[in-house]
Amino acid sequence: MSKLTLSTEGDRFVVVTRRFAAPPEMVFRAHTDPELIKQWLLGPDGWTMPVCVSEARVGGKIRYEWTDGKGGGFHLTGEYVELSPFSKIVHIERMHLPDPTPDNHVETRFEADGAGTLMTMRMTLPSAETRAAMLATGMEHGMEASYARLEKLPWPVQPAG
Amino acid sequence: MESLNAAFFALSDPTRRAILARLAQGEATVMELAEPFEMSQPAISRHLKVLEDAALIARRVDGTRRPCRLRKDGMRAIEQWLDMMRAAFARNYDRLDQVLADMQPHTKGRQTP
Repeated sequence: MSKLTLSTEGDRFVVVTRRFAAPPEMVFRAHTDPELIKQWLLGPDGWTMPVCVSEARVGGKIRYEWTDGKGGGFHLTGEYVELSPFSKIVHIERMHLPDPTPDNHVETRFEADGAGTLMTMRMTLPSAETRAAMLATGMEHGMEASYARLEKLPWPVQPAG
Repeated sequence: MESLNAAFFALSDPTRRAILARLAQGEATVMELAEPFEMSQPAISRHLKVLEDAALIARRVDGTRRPCRLRKDGMRAIEQWLDMMRAAFARNYDRLDQVLADMQPHTKGRQTP
């Protein structure tokens, strides 16, 4: 099933679309309720999110902490910029690797699509450095030794919200 | 990895993307590339240097000419990044499908006082 699309838009953006069987209200809640977020926004198998802060209001804080259960992990912080239940979330986020990456501006929309939801997420194309880390972490085989330390990062960390 | 960073930088410029589109049709010299863009040859040469450093194009020596061509392996690095992202998002959203399925009865229970 090809429910997901991911493509670049111009030079600066990445756009992800995905259909869900549930209505927008539920998909919106799964993106804002910390108890729900920590169940799915995880990355590779075996990773968990023991700390999930999601203050779903304008100016509210976001903090996700991931761990591989073996001492490896990292965290993400952010802020909500706009929340329009149950149609739109705008937030800013940055990863701490451990230095913070440049702010990523993310806009997530939820539209009714029959009995389900069409989600469209538009984010800033990550910095060159961040993209390099992303690709390194995504490579399961043949990774160069110099990038071994990045192997423990879970991907993707989007969408937060 | 370096080449991937360089590739994204190289693709951030509209002139360089247009040069790649032109080269997709076949080899071309600096002079041929400069013509449609109304840019000086040195300006085009600077763009070509960025594309060459990013491993998106290659140049060969042909007498006094140095024609440019696309490097397919460099172009593939970007597709590789996009493919990795697609796979990673797909994994998380498949999990979200399950979370949503489990939410149904819970949501109804909450809405009934």
